[in-house]
Parts: sequence; C-alpha cells; structure tokens
Amino acid sequence: MEEFSLYVLDITMNSVRAGADEIGVTIVEDGESLVFTVTDNGCGMSREQVEKLSNPFFTTRKTRSVGLGVPFLAMLSEQTGGSVNIKSRAAAEYPNDHGTTITATFGLHHIDMIPLGDMIDTVVTLIQGNPDINFTYIHKKSAGEVRLSTAELRQILGDVSLGEFEVLEWIRGYLSEAYEALR
Amino acid sequence: MKSLEELMAIKEKMHSKVALRNASDEIRVVVGMATCGIAAGARPVLNAFVEGVANGGLSDKVTVTQTGCIGICQYEPVVEIYEKDKEKVTYVKMTAEKANEVIERHLKGGSPIAEYTIGNAKI
Repeated sequence: MEEFSLYVLDITMNSVRAGADEIGVTIVEDGESLVFTVTDNGCGMSREQVEKLSNPFFTTRKTRSVGLGVPFLAMLSEQTGGSVNIKSRAAAEYPNDHGTTITATFGLHHIDMIPLGDMIDTVVTLIQGNPDINFTYIHKKSAGEVRLSTAELRQILGDVSLGEFEVLEWIRGYLSEAYEALR
Repeated sequence: MKSLEELMAIKEKMHSKVALRNASDEIRVVVGMATCGIAAGARPVLNAFVEGVANGGLSDKVTVTQTGCIGICQYEPVVEIYEKDKEKVTYVKMTAEKANEVIERHLKGGSPIAEYTIGNAKI
C-alpha cells in the first residue's frame, strides 16, 4: 500500500470486525517519529492469537487463509526503524474489560517511510461503513491537533445516521478545515 | 469553520426527508473492504459509489455498504450488486471511473455492464 492512511483504514477495520463499539484512532507526529495507535473494546485475542499475528499465515477469517493486515503494518514499521506492539484481553478471559490496543511506531524521515495520504478519506470511509460505532480520531502535530468524536456528533444528530451523505460531507469539510488550520 | 449549527440544520433537513423516504433498499451495493480490497484500491471505489448515489438522486432505492474479504482477492476491488428478484452481479477489478459508469448504466439505466463482471475477467 502506497499511503499510510490505507494502513490506518485496514488496521482499524480489524477492530470493527472484532465487534468493537468504541474505537480510538490516534496518530502522533513529534517531528522525528510517528506513533499510530488503535484501541478498541472488541472481542480481543488470547495470548496465543497475539503471538501468531505477525505470521502472515495466521487469520481467523474463513474465506482466505492468509492475513496480511498486521504483517503489512509491521513490515513498514520495521523498515522505518520502528516496531509494533499489541496488547489484548480476550472476552473469554476478561468478560467485562476486553479489547485490543495496537501501537506502531515509524521513522517519519526514514527513506522507506511512505506519504501519509488522505487521512480524511480514511476517517469518512470508517464512519460510512460503521455509523453506529463510536470513533474517536485524534491526529496530533507540532502545530496542534485534529480531533473528531462521532459520539459527540451523534448527540447533535439524534436519530439521524452518521452514514447519511450530507453528514459525511459535513465531517469531510470539518476535518479538512481542521487540517487547514494546522498548516 | 464548519459549525455544529450547520450539523443541526442537516439533522432537521434529514428528518423531513426521512419521513418521505420509503426504506425499500431495492438495490444494495456492497464493496469489499478487507486488506485485499483496500490494498487494491477499494477506498476510492467505495467513495465514488457513496458520492454518485447521493448526487445522482438514488439514495431512496440504493444503499452502499462495506464488507470484509469474500475470498476472491485476486479480483479486488470487488463490488457486488444485489437487486430484488435479480441475480447478483459481481464487478471485479473496479476503479472509481468504472464505478461511475456502473452508476449511470446499471443503477440508473438498469443494465449491468457485462465486461466489468467476474465472468469476463482475466487475471
């Protein structure tokens, strides 16, 4: 994948498929490095499953036997001098406090680092496909941060779905103005 | 700045619309958004459908949804179109441009574009 934002979309979809209804996506750029974190309250994984994750031949999916999402992320991270860390609590073991946190670091100026790409498209795509999930998106840069909480928007929207095209366009506009303000 | 008042106004507008809309969902457009789809370019395809359906006045009868891997990764981006009483149409190796054609000729015009379907695909 040529854009970092596609990795963000792909990894966050894992949380969606884990049945999470609260998902936090955070990107922190501090000049030298980029730290990308996804936290969810999904079904979680056992220690054994987490250990197998970096193996591309491990997946829980039935339609295809090779899972490439995390290996792709780990490859990019390691190529740029970073690393990936996964902490997970399986619902079977922790019925009241389960979920997964994946953290990946990247060398921002490393020659193998790829462009960030269209983060707004990624956020809008996540919301379009999953209007009932509470997404908290935070992108911190040296000049400030871009922040969006779909739970807050839902308070205003009431029973109108976040998946409505007009709402998605508002979100797109809101994010692009927030990014513009950091330039 | 995009204001929350603006969002309120959208809410009011949607409310009056929803009352008129019959939630028939005659046609479902399903875009594969697993790693295989995303890596092959599914995001712009999805957005082309979302935008084209809304701007083309098709929102009353067409819904655009996402799905995971359907097992034919080599054909991604894959788009399936489900229509009541009709056979499912599977479009493969999609692009945003092809999506716009599908909106015009299939969703609006009613005739699937055979050359973009899985039956005609070469890997």
